[in-house]
Amino acid sequence: MTEHVKQRRVPARVTYLGWMSSDRPARAVYVALILLVALGWVLFEVDGGRFLGLENIVGIQQRSAALGIVAVGQTVAILAGSLDLSVAYLISLSSLVAAEIMAGGDAGVLPAVAAVLAVSAAVGLVNGLVITGLKVHPFIATLGVALIIRGALDWRYDGPAGSVPASFQHLGYDRIGPLPVSALLWAAVAVAAWFLLSRTRLGHRIYAVGGDAEVARLSGVRTGRVVIIAHVLCSVCAGIAGLLLASRLGAGAPTVGTDGGYDLESIAAVVLGGTALAGGRGGVAGTVGGVLLLAVLDSVFNQLEINSFAKDVVRGVVLVAALAIYARGRRTK
Amino acid sequence: MLKMTGIGKSFLGVRVLRGVDLAAAAGEVHAVVGENGAGKSTLMKILAGVHTPDEGSIEIDGRRVTFGHPVEAQRSGVAIIYQEFTLLPERTVAENVFLGREPGRWGLVDRAAMESATAELLHSLGEESFGPRDLVRRLSVARQQVVEIAKAVSLNARIVVMDEPTAALADHEVELLHALVRRLTERGIAVLYISHRLREVFELADRITVLKDGALVTTAAASTLTQAELVRLMVGRELDSYFPPRAAQPPGEVLLSVRGGGNARLRGIDLELRAGEIVGLGGLQGSGRSELAKALFGAEPFTSGEMTPRRPRTSREGITAGIGLVTEDRKAEGLLLGQRVRDNALLVARATGRGQTEVDRLLERVRLKPPRSGQEVRSLSGGNQQKVVLAKWMAVAPRVLLFDEPTRGVDVGAKAAIHDLMRELADGGMAILMISSELPELIGMSDRIVVLREGRVTGELPAGPSEEDVMRLAAAS
Repeated sequence: MTEHVKQRRVPARVTYLGWMSSDRPARAVYVALILLVALGWVLFEVDGGRFLGLENIVGIQQRSAALGIVAVGQTVAILAGSLDLSVAYLISLSSLVAAEIMAGGDAGVLPAVAAVLAVSAAVGLVNGLVITGLKVHPFIATLGVALIIRGALDWRYDGPAGSVPASFQHLGYDRIGPLPVSALLWAAVAVAAWFLLSRTRLGHRIYAVGGDAEVARLSGVRTGRVVIIAHVLCSVCAGIAGLLLASRLGAGAPTVGTDGGYDLESIAAVVLGGTALAGGRGGVAGTVGGVLLLAVLDSVFNQLEINSFAKDVVRGVVLVAALAIYARGRRTK
Repeated sequence: MLKMTGIGKSFLGVRVLRGVDLAAAAGEVHAVVGENGAGKSTLMKILAGVHTPDEGSIEIDGRRVTFGHPVEAQRSGVAIIYQEFTLLPERTVAENVFLGREPGRWGLVDRAAMESATAELLHSLGEESFGPRDLVRRLSVARQQVVEIAKAVSLNARIVVMDEPTAALADHEVELLHALVRRLTERGIAVLYISHRLREVFELADRITVLKDGALVTTAAASTLTQAELVRLMVGRELDSYFPPRAAQPPGEVLLSVRGGGNARLRGIDLELRAGEIVGLGGLQGSGRSELAKALFGAEPFTSGEMTPRRPRTSREGITAGIGLVTEDRKAEGLLLGQRVRDNALLVARATGRGQTEVDRLLERVRLKPPRSGQEVRSLSGGNQQKVVLAKWMAVAPRVLLFDEPTRGVDVGAKAAIHDLMRELADGGMAILMISSELPELIGMSDRIVVLREGRVTGELPAGPSEEDVMRLAAAS
């Protein structure tokens, strides 16, 4: 009897994504993803290619992995009510730190990974401290840090430097069965972030601070600390992405992060996934969907050999349309 | 259980509380009443650790406490439920109740424990209509209040302060809230209940404390007072300030009229404003006064009813129909603080492309001292800022000007100047509506007074009524 009463009061919500996170726009992005895959499949059939072929899927996953990892970190920062524009330069910096320390030798791999994690954590710490301690708006604080990193890179490097041993290149190119190692790395980062956000105290506080910093403060949350940790996590994700790209390139490059446009693109993927830019609402599940959506879109365009300008136009339209739809959905509720 | 003694507090040199004593016993509902600005909210915020008192002491269970931060008050068992809620709309009920102290080990959150504890809490409060996993955003205001109360109970609060808890509730929800308050007192919790609704106060309270102008009037058992006595205790003061003489001539033609105006906050509003008169709009906080002004102006338009001139749907339509609104919060809604006097004074004229643009003449008319048009508005005194707002409207010469708390935060000299100016504008043929929470101002300035309660007009009084007359119409009976 009591069992029964309890079940009524705590209704279990079982949906496809309910177990991943409670953010509802995530569902919308996956619906869009499915529609886009269907559309892509039709186009490919007409065109004579194989859209759902192994090559293509692997390609999509591989292209998504670096952006995906950065976007997961960006999600954490945005949920906390902040934002990070320094990730692109930090990726470049990380790739160089990794390749220079490895210098083509296997012995350098572990120290290089440790150094990249330490450097990126330090950059995140600086971002967080500037935002919480000096009260600089996140937009400007992280833009400033981005410029500082760029200056340092431009001063020391004109082009690719260092080199990565063959053993480390497995990360970028190998597969386990049909799954690229890089995609597995992305999945691991995403699952870790999901667990952090939905199952730990820190995660709950990240949502609280992003939702309303004053409410969080009045509930005894140390809001500054939460924002700093969110930035450290975001930067570490960018560092991991830098490692992945170094492995792919075989060297470090001062422009690898900016060429990929990882700063704005990661923010685009996060909001496409339904996370509120103001913070406090959304989650990793949506971001993963957002990244995949952008990648599938890319892949369709590549196959159809549409020029890259038109590609950007369509991506822009998709982004704006998605946010308009979310805004509308929230108004009518 | 709670004893506050000799509490005093000043803001920027203005004394808002002096020598106030307040005590509450376990299991008691203690109502705190008074006019707008009597100091109730400040007193409660001191208790909750939001403000620190300048003088006086707080004792809980005989131990003296000082709160530098709301969290410290929480730890001492004081919970406050504000008019605006402090919940996260995008999070679940359970996540809100346990925010900042989620159960679990090693940094992990034990969701199951958190949700079952919340379910138990809700159950003990007799709430079955929603569960711990519901998003707060989807709950009605009344249910959000239950979440706030559940949070307070889970914090082991022994003193719960409710600041105007029923202001936003429908009648049947008020009943539920009262049942909830009684459950709290059964647990030995002391409830401090602030309300303007006197009927509720008598229904619930064991004792009543009356504040007036920041000072304690009396604390008495509710059974020893009648509503009429209570109203008399809350108001009643000498009319000692000077106001300009009223209009010599009877009012002229009708410049604005509404029949059955309504929207989400207002119902069945009938109102006429005539050339040459100042109509006072009375009522308590939350009675819909500002909402009415904004509806007439078009900023938060009426959705039903007839109006002449044609019902404005936007502020711009209001302005072109010859209506102006001097908003209550001039810093947020009336002025661009970082810009110069000149740009502010011409704001409306430039936006609508009409009216006069000779700034010096405008500043002279509103008696800005010194009349320098180049300084930043931020650097002006409150009174001068308000004069700039007036200049902004006079530039487009509206036929109807609505004033929402025109002299709030304005020094005495500027206050008289603004009063004179308002009368001058009326004498010049303008129709003026003035909202004021200061009864002496409302009574001293108005040619007649319309009183609102809960979004409706409850009555109209001729020039020079007593404060009690106004309060009787404003407070529910």
